[in-house]
Amino acid sequence: MKTLFSLISGVLFGAGLTVGGMTDPVRVRGFLDLFGDWDPTLAFVMGGALVVMAIAWRVVPGMARPVFEDKFHVPTRNELTPGLIGGAVLFGVGWGIAGLCPGPGIAALVIEPAGAAIFVVSMLAGMALLRLVEGKN
Amino acid sequence: MTIPGFPDAAPVDGLIGGALIGVAAAIMLLALGRIAGVSGIAAKAAGLGGSGMDRIGAWAFVIGLPLGALAVMLAKGGLEPGFAGPVPLIAAGLLVGFGTRLGSGCTSGHGVCGISRLSGRSIVATITFMAAGIATVAAMNALGWEVLR
Repeated sequence: MKTLFSLISGVLFGAGLTVGGMTDPVRVRGFLDLFGDWDPTLAFVMGGALVVMAIAWRVVPGMARPVFEDKFHVPTRNELTPGLIGGAVLFGVGWGIAGLCPGPGIAALVIEPAGAAIFVVSMLAGMALLRLVEGKN
Repeated sequence: MTIPGFPDAAPVDGLIGGALIGVAAAIMLLALGRIAGVSGIAAKAAGLGGSGMDRIGAWAFVIGLPLGALAVMLAKGGLEPGFAGPVPLIAAGLLVGFGTRLGSGCTSGHGVCGISRLSGRSIVATITFMAAGIATVAAMNALGWEVLR
């Protein structure tokens, strides 16, 4: 049942990204082109998602535990670290270059298979590279 | 519906798509107690650390993403996105993979799940990667580097 709900969450997530136009790098780079021909669509996608999730977070304290798990696994760190900032800068540069972040990149495997596959394999290589740098296998 | 001054924007599709993403993330949170952060879940599926969820669940979520995209693509009768060529895609992929893991999240984990619970780290990360993305596109435009085809 847990796996099924993970799948449902992934399907809805992928559908939402596609409906909102986020699997098209033209839209995403259009949003990032703030000083040029700006396309605000991404702000509406973000806004729609934030409203629903803000409600979800208000439901959490009233639940003893998640429906299919023993407890909530919510990040507890709150310190601003060089890794957080540096990682966000590198991610943002990559996001700006191709107009893809991880979710749309994976979802687009069925829309633009060759291009999305190149991006996703490179992304996994980037993740593996960080583990190498950090000394993990 | 369009917004005056922005004829290409799709605010209604954006809001509907965003709400679907929100429902997806809410299911992950309320049913499974986890953050729907795609970079962490993809890393988990690939065996590269990441989310604390079990690996089968991570794979189920990751496989669901293109399935959802496929359903919308079929319903719309096809999509014609503009993608970058191989070299920028490789450079972007490496930066996105390295950066999202170093920065503990991407647009979904920090941008949607983190900001909606008012996490300071996520707000700072989102402002940072958006600023870096805006600066990158502005710099590329100034240099006349067109990547999308």
